[in-house]
Amino acid sequence: MEFRFFHHFGSYLLMLKGMFSRPENMKMYWKEFMLQCVDIGIGSLGIVLIISIFMGGVTTLQISYQLVSPIIPKATIAQVVRDTIILEFAPTLTCIVLAGVVGSKIASELGNMRVSEQIDALEIMGINTKGYLIGPKILASLIMIPCLIAIAGFLGIWGGLEAGELGGILSREEFLQGLRQEFKAYNIFFALFKSFVFAFIISTVPSYYGYNVQGGALEIGKASTTAVVVTCVLILFMDYLLAAILL
Amino acid sequence: MIELVNIKKGFGDKVILPEVSALMETGKVNLIIGASGSGKTVMMKCMVGLMEVDSGKVLYEGKDFTGMEEKNRKEIRREIGMLFQGSALFDSMTVEQNVMFPLNMFGSGSLRDKKKRVMECLERVQLKDAAKKFPAEISGGMKKRVGIARAIVLNPKYLFCDEPNSGLDPQTSLLIDKLIKDITKEFNITTVINTHDMNTVMESGDHIVYMYQGRKQWEGSNKDIIFSKDEKLNDFIFASDFLREAKEIRQMEMFQQKDWRDKLKKD
Repeated sequence: MEFRFFHHFGSYLLMLKGMFSRPENMKMYWKEFMLQCVDIGIGSLGIVLIISIFMGGVTTLQISYQLVSPIIPKATIAQVVRDTIILEFAPTLTCIVLAGVVGSKIASELGNMRVSEQIDALEIMGINTKGYLIGPKILASLIMIPCLIAIAGFLGIWGGLEAGELGGILSREEFLQGLRQEFKAYNIFFALFKSFVFAFIISTVPSYYGYNVQGGALEIGKASTTAVVVTCVLILFMDYLLAAILL
Repeated sequence: MIELVNIKKGFGDKVILPEVSALMETGKVNLIIGASGSGKTVMMKCMVGLMEVDSGKVLYEGKDFTGMEEKNRKEIRREIGMLFQGSALFDSMTVEQNVMFPLNMFGSGSLRDKKKRVMECLERVQLKDAAKKFPAEISGGMKKRVGIARAIVLNPKYLFCDEPNSGLDPQTSLLIDKLIKDITKEFNITTVINTHDMNTVMESGDHIVYMYQGRKQWEGSNKDIIFSKDEKLNDFIFASDFLREAKEIRQMEMFQQKDWRDKLKKD
């Protein structure tokens, strides 16, 4: 078991190392990068919008349910919602969802290309397949996923505000006042730092499993599932590790 | 010309190619034939560098491809066109974009020139009308022809075809065989085909290498095969009664030709 871990980890590092070579044609790499930006960024925008609004709303409802003491001002609810969303829900929950959406897409796309010999066809042409197929996916993820997380953060807080007002829990003014209380800009840095780390995991781990598929349709499915599971576990592990180190 | 010098390949304890040497000649259709599991595909993958050999050499015009740096290998790979068993077309691209892909990646010139070249290649494989279609919208035979067009678009010196007739009806198979043969002669390229289609063997095989359990069992042309006394080769090629009868008829026909009669008498 431990040997399999080292085998996979070594192959993963070799895959990353193999990406670095001079692009055969910069224009084609750029085109692929832009396509991936659209696929990963715009393609996941809908689900991110939905989960972040509901995530904010539910957070407000649950915090108000727990903070029932008359000595705690209502604005505190907004303060807790803000910090919970910025520190944890926007980066981690969104990335867990993106691991499923983007990760499975990357793994199955590359797996299908491997099984149908499309990767071999590119190799024969003299193209660095790791650089051409995986590199743009990683770069696009590193750019688009932090943007999605920033959007998720804003929308989550907005969802919390609307849920608070709609439920008669706290007024818009109280919520906005709470948002400004004891605001630490470092939390934004922490959330963005996490989002870069998670984006790297979301793009590289499924790429590794997809790129190395051997067999047929069944193996593509297995690789896709394994990729999502491993990505989620790694996101949660890194979430803990980063919180322990940086907070 | 491609030369294989004592190439060895195995996976773990299992040896697939114990030690094989062969010569693939320029301007000829070179066939690698053999039963399933005889090592044909492994041999071809070793030739194009999709698999690394355990020992031995693959020489392209005398240059050692196996021992080359990746940078130099890429140079040779750009002179290789390959038709895959499943065609390996890019699903998200149209037929035109598939054929244009190598040109966009490595070719120079304007978009107009590239489009012109793509249309020439598609015309060569009689698929000009399908240029705007996606691979999912065309038949298996058409996919193979698009694969051929993509393989020849950069004017390769070497053309590799992995089971070009698998899954095709006899008429389409003949069309593909003729196309590959014509392209080989027209552009004087070194073509290597991995097949177990007997039609291809008899019609196109300028030079045939018969593989048996990873070893080169027999080597010759499609005419030599008719008079071959190699039992394993005969069992493989003329497997049915029908084919054995066809062989006898062809033997008689060839015996009528003086040059073959003389050659056989000499043997």
